[in-house]
Amino acid sequence: MTLATILAQAADGALTETGQWVANVFFYVMAAVAIAAGLKMVTTANVVHAALYLLVVLSAVAGTYVILGAEFAAVTQVLVYLGAIMVLLLFGVMLTRAKLGTDDDLDHEQRWIGALVAAAMFAVMSYSVIEAFGTEELPLTQQPQTTQQVADEIFSTYIVPFEALSVLLLAALIGAVVVARRD
Amino acid sequence: MLSLTTSTVAAEFAYWQTSGFKLLMAFVAVLIPAGTTVYLYLFKMVSFMQSRLGPMEAGPYGSLQLLAELGKNAQKEDIVPARADVLVFKLAPYVVLLSTFLLVLVVPWGPDAVFADFDTGIFFALAVSSVSVIGILMAGWASASKYSLLGGLRAAGQLIAYELPLVLAVVGVVIQAGTLNMQGIVAAQIEGEIFGWGAIGNPFILTQIVGFLIFMVAVQAELTQVPFDMPIAESELVSGYMTEYSGFRFLMFFIGEFATANIFAFLAAVLFLGGWGVPPFVADALFADGNYSQWMNVIGPLVMATKMLALTFIIYWVRFTYPRFREDQLQTFAWKYLIPISLVNIAVTGFLKVVL
Repeated sequence: MTLATILAQAADGALTETGQWVANVFFYVMAAVAIAAGLKMVTTANVVHAALYLLVVLSAVAGTYVILGAEFAAVTQVLVYLGAIMVLLLFGVMLTRAKLGTDDDLDHEQRWIGALVAAAMFAVMSYSVIEAFGTEELPLTQQPQTTQQVADEIFSTYIVPFEALSVLLLAALIGAVVVARRD
Repeated sequence: MLSLTTSTVAAEFAYWQTSGFKLLMAFVAVLIPAGTTVYLYLFKMVSFMQSRLGPMEAGPYGSLQLLAELGKNAQKEDIVPARADVLVFKLAPYVVLLSTFLLVLVVPWGPDAVFADFDTGIFFALAVSSVSVIGILMAGWASASKYSLLGGLRAAGQLIAYELPLVLAVVGVVIQAGTLNMQGIVAAQIEGEIFGWGAIGNPFILTQIVGFLIFMVAVQAELTQVPFDMPIAESELVSGYMTEYSGFRFLMFFIGEFATANIFAFLAAVLFLGGWGVPPFVADALFADGNYSQWMNVIGPLVMATKMLALTFIIYWVRFTYPRFREDQLQTFAWKYLIPISLVNIAVTGFLKVVL
């Protein structure tokens, strides 16, 4: 049984016991890639390499979304983060300061405080997730969400947060224009 | 591209066999159309337009010229500039080709002849098409050449600007079809009716002509073809982000560029010209015995190829007849004209969808 079979079954919602096992392995591989690339991202001495490692992290996270049956979220992740945000980030970095080779001033004396904050953040988030969903298990027969279901949810149950986010983004957009205008 | 997953034949093939077949077919679907259009249009059509013959030596009418080019590029030295970032430099063409191969996954060639029938179909295609920009930026930066870097930056600026009209032009079709799924979009066009008259279905080019025009213009820009070829403008930037590449890696960029042109033509055929479907009155006459979907798996790829050749003809025709846009004209065109027009198109389509 190949990985693709398992993925196909995962997409059909009819996940077998072996299928679940392989899907778990795939999930942990993706997670490991994301963590390793994340570590490389903060330790590398080249700013473009850091951006490219961030790209790997975001791709691996999109991979875990696919495994969890959230196809729409995975595709959105690729379109928004890889296709737009990372391209803009790389564009900005290359336009301003993109030395080839190593760059010494990418380090900072406050790195240990930063690491501490990151560790504390990780602890709080993992505690809250485990506390909230620690013993819950999704049934194997559960169908992955289709795009239509996602759309229906957004425009009925979550219409108020959705509209609030739209207004927030619009405000940020106008703010950016005001800040960037020369006159 | 005849799929083997239909219920009638599925029993004869194991999953790994159909997967292997699909993998092989992915290469066929990327390379054969690319080779065809490069020979027909890039070698021959442009030559006739410029009153010359084009390649004539290799094979009859130069038809084996592609193999000669392949051999030439394959045996060239693989040069990496001394100050280049070696790993990123070498990876960049693979990222561009990866985007091309991911794009071909969702194109349907028949009722069952599809590599992966994603629920999010066209959304997936638009998402992975933007991955090629990353490859171009990587190539531009890692080459350690100011021409390459400038070309890469121009490419990124242009692709960000034209990604938006590309996506927005598709939204009109998605609203009308009521689905993101590629097969669903094809079905909506075959089963559609024009005020109760269903003889030719309802190809969305009739109702979404604005979307179609914006889509084709945005595709031209996404492919960095003339008149949108500022990123590789040969009179200013040598060859833009491709300047430092030679041999096989250059060939990969080349294949990526022309194969992506074909796949975008395939996508446009699915979105606006009814995809693999033939007009219902033709189908009714030919398949009176109800074997429609079985036969369409064979005829569909040919229908798609015909539509693709017609659309790529337009792409290359524009490429060989128009002068280059200036950088500011190029950005103005996208942000001040294409995006507002496509937003109006979405609003009108949404309004009519609710009213009608």
